[in-house]
Amino acid sequence: MPASIIARNARILLPMLSFVAILLAVFWLQPRAMSYVGLNLLLNLALPIAFATIAQMFVITVNDLDLSLGAYVGFVACVAATWLAEQPLLGMAALAGGVLVYAAVGALIHLRNLPSIVVTLGMSFVWLGLAILVLPTPGGKAPDWLRALMTWKTPLVPFTIYALLALAVVVHLGLMRSAQGAVLRGVGGNPRSVERAGWSLLKAKMIMFAFAGLFGMFSGLSLVGLTTSGDANIALRYTLLSIAGVILGGGEFTGGRISPIGAVIGAMTLTLAGSFLSFLRLDPDWQIGAQGAILILVLALRVIINRAEARGL
Amino acid sequence: MQSTDRTLVEFDGVAKSFGAVKALAGVSLSIGAGQCLGLVGHNGAGKSTLMNILAGTLSASAGRFLVSGEDVSERYGVTAANRLGIRCVFQELSLCPNRSVAENARIMHPSLKGICWRRRAATLIGGMLDTIFPGHDIDPSQLVGDLSIARRQMVEIARAFSATDTPVRLVILDEPTSSLDGVLAGQLLAFVRDFVAGGGAVILISHLLNEILTTADRVVVMRDGGVVADRPASGFTQITLVESMGSVAQEQARREQRSASLTAELKISAAPAMQGDATTLVARRGEVIGLAGLGGHGQTEMLVRIFQGQRKAQAGITVSGNTAMVAGDRQSDGLFPLWSICENATIGSLARLTRGWLIDPRAETRMGEEWKQKIGIRTPDMANPILSLSGGNQQKVLFARALGSDADIILMDDPMRGVDIGTKQEVYGMLRQEAAAGRTFIWYTTEMDELKHCDRVYVFRNGRIVDELSGDSISGERVLHSSFETAA
Repeated sequence: MPASIIARNARILLPMLSFVAILLAVFWLQPRAMSYVGLNLLLNLALPIAFATIAQMFVITVNDLDLSLGAYVGFVACVAATWLAEQPLLGMAALAGGVLVYAAVGALIHLRNLPSIVVTLGMSFVWLGLAILVLPTPGGKAPDWLRALMTWKTPLVPFTIYALLALAVVVHLGLMRSAQGAVLRGVGGNPRSVERAGWSLLKAKMIMFAFAGLFGMFSGLSLVGLTTSGDANIALRYTLLSIAGVILGGGEFTGGRISPIGAVIGAMTLTLAGSFLSFLRLDPDWQIGAQGAILILVLALRVIINRAEARGL
Repeated sequence: MQSTDRTLVEFDGVAKSFGAVKALAGVSLSIGAGQCLGLVGHNGAGKSTLMNILAGTLSASAGRFLVSGEDVSERYGVTAANRLGIRCVFQELSLCPNRSVAENARIMHPSLKGICWRRRAATLIGGMLDTIFPGHDIDPSQLVGDLSIARRQMVEIARAFSATDTPVRLVILDEPTSSLDGVLAGQLLAFVRDFVAGGGAVILISHLLNEILTTADRVVVMRDGGVVADRPASGFTQITLVESMGSVAQEQARREQRSASLTAELKISAAPAMQGDATTLVARRGEVIGLAGLGGHGQTEMLVRIFQGQRKAQAGITVSGNTAMVAGDRQSDGLFPLWSICENATIGSLARLTRGWLIDPRAETRMGEEWKQKIGIRTPDMANPILSLSGGNQQKVLFARALGSDADIILMDDPMRGVDIGTKQEVYGMLRQEAAAGRTFIWYTTEMDELKHCDRVYVFRNGRIVDELSGDSISGERVLHSSFETAA
């Protein structure tokens, strides 16, 4: 069915086109960005955002929303900049504990049938408080191995690009192509159907939230590797950026319709949009607003495409 | 009947109640391998509850339940049902719309994994579709959300019959042909006969009696949560089948005939959206009009059309007067679950309870108290949360909301669902009073007995009015005859 193939690809085509458009605009404004160093500077902050976006995507897949992600990434960053460097065992235990707490939050939301927005909003204060307890004032020092990994000089293109590619491919294979992933995504589409086929919804929610915790952890670690020090407030805006990234990448809030490749591209687009506006010499006061305008533009385009599709079918 | 050693599933006194409502009252029934069992009954007869127990999505409150002679009532569930080869096609479709056809097959079959699972799932479901519906044009890689309702139903049926590691032994088909056209329905029923001939068992639930009579070997009739007839299909005709479904001559306490004169003011004239001919629903001042027929055949849509027609002009609808709706599905359409009883009752009349442009709390409380007395809401304090009431009393609050408003036309969407008999009697009494005082009621009900309180009854089938009964001609049999297509 060619119509359905076009429809399916429109979902991934639009994020790709918006990314390419912004990338070309950046190159046009600043041709020197078209180099190894330039690309690295442009995109290195995309990696933590992409990890956070993928984490958010796992939660959105099961029709929930995680408003604690930014605070959690900040907590991970604080742990990484202190305990992980000084007492690696304690640090690792704390990070593993974070993932377990995420799974427990998933279980709580499912068992008590609570709105995830409320639970995770509450959790955001818990994570922020923990982060401040671990590292009361900005500072600390990233573990050397993390620093070395994030500044690794890879051949041809910067490490960030390899990492982003690997992230997109691994999550795509795991969630979109594997048999287990099909069931997990089914939970977002029609939970009753999945339950009637004999799967545990509780387990599915816990698994998806645990994955969100795991990728949120990667986000915090990569962020500390880049900035070399930690701060409890370092990633608060990641909560909304990650949601925007998922939606920009072709995902939807409900119904289990998501795309890992799109989410990674969405995160990259958001990062580039910031640089693009800087190259335009736009007053920083206006940048946040302008970033929002870009988001609205892309999402409006998607709505138009969806409507055209609905009329065509 | 087949010999007992081929009995596949046996229910022995299975009962199920939801709170105070008894859905199943001790059902004993057996299904043999190589048999197609037709299951018929009116709404609320307990068919779906029984099938949900068999599929493992509900557990029985009492009784024994045997599969292949083994008592499984203790540790039964969806997984056990799957392992024993029992599958169910539910009435409301249960596919994931965001997944492809092949991926939906995978959700049913845990063994479809490892590399190339996608191709194997596609082959499995595609092959089954080819077997049941030769000439279909469904591509297993299509998203279910992009398929028409009929195609989704085909996928769901094919998925239920597809087998991987455990053979399929019993398939429950709940209204499987409701969205299939004649050709597809014929293909399905032919396949059911083949499947049964190969030693499988099928339970077929349908409101198309000719389907049941031509396809099933045995027909079981359920009524009020019990089995009332269990005979070979050849022992039934459409007429006798309908008769055994209805209540047998319950002519007690017929409502006193009120002669709502034909000259009374015309309040409503409305045609269903899918009517197609000149039949219209007409209601006059002081009349109680019943909407009957099987659930989901356009009655609720009719009520909503009338409700909207009063606010915005619509083709085919004339309404003179204000309307108020009493919701049947309390949880989703009726209650504000976090509000107090009083607030829930007065929300429809707030315009009259103001002083200046603010709500007058005293007037609100007064109205709440007045209706507490009038309709007998059992609570110590109207300021208590609405959820502190029992289901029946919650429903009374919804009646109070409608009756307390200034509306002269009350639309009721099967409002007595899950309400105990005592409350029902009280509400029936109030309806009569209010109708005598000049209010008009449009009452959709799935309970035959309630139709006796109506002046006239319209029977709906497939979104159309197919019959109009009035006065003494209102009877359960007549409604059943019209709602099941007996003159097929």
